[in-house]
Amino acid sequence: MPRVSALDMPDVPMGQLPEHLQLQRTRVVCKADAPIHTEAIQYSGAYASMGVDNSLRLESFCKNFKIEVIRLTEDEMEFDMIGIDASLANAFRRILIAEVPTMAIEKVLMVNNTSVIADEVLAHRLGLIPLNADPRLFEYLLENDSPNERNTIVYKLDVSCRKGGPRMTVKSDQLKWLPNGSELEMEPPNQSAKPKSYTSFSCSQDSMPEFSKKPLGMKHEDIIIAKLGPGQAIELEAHAVKGIGKVHAKWSPVSTAWYRMLPEVVLLKDIKGDDAEKLVKKCPVNVFDIEDLGNGEKKATVSKPRACTLCRECIRGVNEELVELRRVKDHFIFTIESAGALPPEVLFTEAVKILEDKCDRVISELS
Amino acid sequence: MGAEDDPSASLKTLAAPVKSAVDKFQLLPAFLKVRGLVKQHIDSFNYFINHDIKKIMKANDRLVCRYDPDLCLRYTNIYVEEPSVDMDFSVEKLTPHLCRLSDRTYAAPIKVDIEYTKGNQANKKPEIKRGLVIGRLPIMLRSCRCVLSGKDEAELAKLGECPLDPGGYFIVKGTEKVILIQEQLSKNRIIIDTDSKGRVTASVTSSTHETKSKTVFFIDKDKIYLQLNQFIKPIPIMVIMRAMGMESDQEIVQMVGRDPRYGTLLLPSLQECASERIYTQQQALEYLDGKVGSANSARSGNRKEGLARAILLDVFLANVPVNQGNFRPKCIYASVMLRRMMDAILNADTFDDKDYVGNKRLELSGQLISLLFEDLFKSMNSFALELLNRAYEHASRSSPLDFVHYIKQDYITNGLEKSIATGNWDVKRFKMHRKGVSQVLSRLSFIGALGSMTRISPQFEKTRKVSGPRALQPSQWGMLCPCDTPEGEACGLTKNLALMTHVTTDEEEGPLISLCHSLGVQDLALLSAEELHAPGSFLVIFNGLILGKHRQPQRFANAMRKLRRSGKIGEFVSIFVNEKQHCVYVASDGGRVCRPLVIADKGISRIKEHHMKELRDGVRSFDDFLRDGLVEYLDVNEENNALIALYEYENDKDDSEKEKDDVKRSSITHIEIEPFTILGVCAGLIPYPHHNQSPRNTYQCAMGKQAMGNIGYNQLSRADTLLYLLVYPQRPLLTTKTIELVGYDKLGGGQNATVAVMSYSGYDIEDAIVMNKSSLDRGFGRCIAMKKYTVVKETYSNGTSDAIVRSNKEKVGSNMQILDDDGIAAPGEIVRNHDVLVNKFTPRNTRDRVSRDIDYKEAPSKYKGPEGETTVIDRVILSSDTNDKLSIKFIVRHTRRPEVGDKFSSRHGQKGVCGTIVQQEDFPFSERGICPDLIMNPHGFPSRMTIGKMIELLGGKAGVSCGRFHYGSAFGEPSGHADKVEDISYTLVKHGFSYSGKDFIYSGITGYPLQAYIFMGPIYYQKLKHMVLDKMHARAKGPRVMLTRQPTEGRSRDGGLRLGEMERDCLIAYGASMMIFERLMLSSDPYQVQVCRQCGLLGYYNHKLKAAFCSMCKNGDNISTMKLPYACKLLFQELQSMNVVPRLKLTEA
Ligand code: SF4
Repeated sequence: MPRVSALDMPDVPMGQLPEHLQLQRTRVVCKADAPIHTEAIQYSGAYASMGVDNSLRLESFCKNFKIEVIRLTEDEMEFDMIGIDASLANAFRRILIAEVPTMAIEKVLMVNNTSVIADEVLAHRLGLIPLNADPRLFEYLLENDSPNERNTIVYKLDVSCRKGGPRMTVKSDQLKWLPNGSELEMEPPNQSAKPKSYTSFSCSQDSMPEFSKKPLGMKHEDIIIAKLGPGQAIELEAHAVKGIGKVHAKWSPVSTAWYRMLPEVVLLKDIKGDDAEKLVKKCPVNVFDIEDLGNGEKKATVSKPRACTLCRECIRGVNEELVELRRVKDHFIFTIESAGALPPEVLFTEAVKILEDKCDRVISELS
Repeated sequence: MGAEDDPSASLKTLAAPVKSAVDKFQLLPAFLKVRGLVKQHIDSFNYFINHDIKKIMKANDRLVCRYDPDLCLRYTNIYVEEPSVDMDFSVEKLTPHLCRLSDRTYAAPIKVDIEYTKGNQANKKPEIKRGLVIGRLPIMLRSCRCVLSGKDEAELAKLGECPLDPGGYFIVKGTEKVILIQEQLSKNRIIIDTDSKGRVTASVTSSTHETKSKTVFFIDKDKIYLQLNQFIKPIPIMVIMRAMGMESDQEIVQMVGRDPRYGTLLLPSLQECASERIYTQQQALEYLDGKVGSANSARSGNRKEGLARAILLDVFLANVPVNQGNFRPKCIYASVMLRRMMDAILNADTFDDKDYVGNKRLELSGQLISLLFEDLFKSMNSFALELLNRAYEHASRSSPLDFVHYIKQDYITNGLEKSIATGNWDVKRFKMHRKGVSQVLSRLSFIGALGSMTRISPQFEKTRKVSGPRALQPSQWGMLCPCDTPEGEACGLTKNLALMTHVTTDEEEGPLISLCHSLGVQDLALLSAEELHAPGSFLVIFNGLILGKHRQPQRFANAMRKLRRSGKIGEFVSIFVNEKQHCVYVASDGGRVCRPLVIADKGISRIKEHHMKELRDGVRSFDDFLRDGLVEYLDVNEENNALIALYEYENDKDDSEKEKDDVKRSSITHIEIEPFTILGVCAGLIPYPHHNQSPRNTYQCAMGKQAMGNIGYNQLSRADTLLYLLVYPQRPLLTTKTIELVGYDKLGGGQNATVAVMSYSGYDIEDAIVMNKSSLDRGFGRCIAMKKYTVVKETYSNGTSDAIVRSNKEKVGSNMQILDDDGIAAPGEIVRNHDVLVNKFTPRNTRDRVSRDIDYKEAPSKYKGPEGETTVIDRVILSSDTNDKLSIKFIVRHTRRPEVGDKFSSRHGQKGVCGTIVQQEDFPFSERGICPDLIMNPHGFPSRMTIGKMIELLGGKAGVSCGRFHYGSAFGEPSGHADKVEDISYTLVKHGFSYSGKDFIYSGITGYPLQAYIFMGPIYYQKLKHMVLDKMHARAKGPRVMLTRQPTEGRSRDGGLRLGEMERDCLIAYGASMMIFERLMLSSDPYQVQVCRQCGLLGYYNHKLKAAFCSMCKNGDNISTMKLPYACKLLFQELQSMNVVPRLKLTEA
């Protein structure tokens, strides 16, 4: 290579990043041993010397940001979130898991429990049952509040297994909603006082328009709560309140919510013939395909990069230089598995609202 | 290797007809069905009940009055009934669970049939009495007398018993006790060894029903001596020979052997004997009479004549029987001992190894109980006789003397109960004082209970600093678990049985001896000394006794073995041809360890596929295999005559490979059933133990016993003092065959946690683990601790008793909220610290008779537990205890979720505490949205080298993705009982995971991918019993000890934290004198004293006169006030009480 003075070198084109830097900026490259360039380049002036502005502008964000729903069922949703930084996508994920409120059973009043399951364990199991109640219609039960129709749902479980009969399984559908609140009476402080129940509902919940159409039942009818032997019985009342997943996982509205970055599989060189066949066979999820070039020539192509699970089978051993596995840094395949209280799309908008609230709070605190 | 890479090829190989050897695994469950894990205990106990107890009775069946020989009693039969108890003159059957709950002993009456005569009876015709109870014998669970034996699962459930419980233990006063297997050097065998001075010794520990003695020959300065406790000093061996009638030197030398080297070695001893001028038997005996110890001579009234002869007859080599004073067998035995000593001198290889398992015998509960029973039975009889004799002397004879009155049941009942309860075996007759023979059965985990059933307690005391007995012996292979031993002082001494080990029980000797004779063993009596060691002929030694010799030892051995395989003689008889010693050892004694092996003819297994098919179809049992001569038991000695192959290989293997083996296939005589059976129960839980560094497996063996989980199907109806249960136990995803065999998959001790091996947050250093809060919320690691509190309603000597009274609940703020109407706390109530459990009143006067009105004082029993925790009364049990007092037992339940500091461990000796608990959203997550349950630091791997854990992770991950439990049995890869890593990786790839198990992970905090692939998958984690809640402790101020006025010690007494000597040293070195002053006095026991400056003694302060006074000087003039530690003042006073005057000299500071 002839020596060239630095002054004689061609100028770096201004206003445009060289290819390798662009790759570093926008892609995670998953090498065989470890992924590299995993972090985003945050600093707005990172490429200032090349005349490239790395700052994030609201207009450009608004222009580039896109959401494409891929799949939407009653309690599962997959959508693509494009043109956003991982920190924001992650914020939605975190809020979904920990901060979107739901209703869950918090207090259990045991009247009788002769089953093999201990009271605490039974209560714990009840708490984890997803309820079919829209938490937006309820208020938090604050410390000094008395439980009323706006913040508490009361359920009742009264099952017994006949003596001499077969064993029975108690399932979640046996929890019955009590729209009028608790039926149990507190022990009066003195004889003369009128007995009070554990809740103070001013009106029946099923008379309220929100609930009259949609009873506050269980999301799933077949969750096993306990098993009873002959002669055993459970009688209890369960009070559900509003809460967030940060406090206890039972209030988390999602089974889980997560994202993955869009996979990008690149063939750095042409792979032909037998090698192509081998490559296609290697991938367990059939990312690669074979293109017939005519005259018997075959070439490997990437047909379904999205399916890539990053098992790295294609770059194991011989192909390491031929195939590159990448992830697009600002394209997230987001999945929400709802636990049932709210449909996943509503959960996401709720999460956005919570983030909005937070931002508002920060702004108002700052100003 | 292409086959494994290519899925289609591997499918083809799978579809190909199975060429490999017969899968013999099915034999194992069949074996465990008939023999079981604790069968040795049960067998030995059954032997005691059915045979031994009768022998003991026969040996002591006659009681005769000293003054009237006609007045006598004879036992004609003895038998043990089913467990029962006398309740108010009616007999009630006992069940084990009832005994556990009501603190009873699960014991059965021992009944005898007797013939006896009564005093002052005219005809003296013996009367017959049947079914006289002489005592109660604690019954081993699942033994033949136990109500549980032969019951199926449903029947066991009715009795409140867990079908997976192995039995083999006793219930004494409500606690479950195991009699540990005791390891011992074998009795009645010649052991050639060197003593502490380096002298060659030959010793025999003789043990017969009558006597126990130890005979030692040793060489000192080329001369051979005998050492016997009855003689005051060592006796030249030739004197002994002479005394036994071997007067000719030539005969002695001939008897030892004709090899001239033996002669040379014997010469100094012969010369010594000659120099003592002892030539005849008479002279020798006279010489010996002079050497008899004083204790012996005192017993026979100082008559020394004939004593030596008696000693030679009864004590010297006591195991060799003497017929009508014929010393010949003893001479031969002694000469064999001499010969072996000479051999050892000439060739150091022939020393015996004391640690060799073949030289060991395991004493089981049956034998131990029989020792006790024999002693107690004899004592009871002599006591009865004593009473009768005394009654005969003194009695007015108003009532006829009746033996039956003097036989006291309590003797045997209490003796047995006490020994088993305390574990102290004191048998004076045999000078036996052993401690810790029985142990409480650990019910912390199911595996812990099984583990204590297979434990072998050592013969040596633990303090001895020798490495030999602690080292792993090659002969332990397959018999004792190489992994399962405690750490620390008992390391290597306490051992555990392997999975397939069986311990033999005694077998009838008579038929075997006559069988040997009819198979061509020449009797010794017919042989001359010369013929004894004729070349080519082997001595036949039966249970340590020289039977005779045989010219064709191999043929003899083969004939015996053939008889054994065809079931003509017991399956546990061992025949061992020792080429080196020119002996054939036949053994039928109890306590030998043995294990089943598949018999092979010239390397070809006798078990064929059709046999296994019959087994699978249930038409063939393990005993059929034994009976048909397909499988046999070998003990450690006989193993030396066998060539055991691990696997059976096809004969058409490549010739090249054939050559590689250094043994000929045709010489293989046996084939192992399964190689993983060399491990015991505890080590069998570990997946892939053969990939781990060996100490890790040992650690896990110790830890598996502390893991909580399920302990039995009846766990919720038990009343243990402390019980830890996991709320949601699981069976391991990566199992082993052992796990399925012992039932760990039904009574698991842990949970499958998704583990990410990465560093996180810094709270994971030093093996700490980071846990996911949401996992804990959902029930991971949740456990229940159940504690028992007992309150006894005491009755007193004056007829008064405690009263339990209904309380006035309404009182606000009282601690009686949880009491029920009967004054006892109600089940289901939440109980807090200091709450009253029983509203009890005790009478003020418990000594004198009180007429009507009993004056009571309050004595409520209060609950003491952790502050601020929700504990619940689970159950209340009312029962009568052993003294027929009402005892109220409260089972208090506490459900705990894991907290920082709780201890967890995987199954690979990798323990760690929970370092921090992190919100799920902060946890990393994988591309599939999987969030780990816990994070383990990768630094745990390099130094521990637990590759097994990594394979467990891989296998678990493959298991959850393909829906099949994977296996990881020890050494299981060749036989298909462990999945190969290669196959696991293939499964992983098929389901879209990386072959290495490492996933692409996003950080939960930043949302960006991590810069490494993370090794993640499920690992079975155990929660150990060490929990912070039980251990944390701090105090500011609190109780003090009365005597010294210093803070109390220990957590249970809310004690202070001690600033110890070394801490004090630090403070001194630092110079923090005020700090020392504060810690050692002000915060401990400050005390103000009046010191008299005059006399230096302590005075006092008179509060009435408001003046200090010195009682020594009788004035108050020179009194100073100062502060002392109270302990110091106490010391002064104690010194004064001993007439030492400590004087304080005060100066101005
Ligand atoms: S990493 Fe695995 S899934 Fe992705 S393309 Fe390569 S082989 Fe296919």
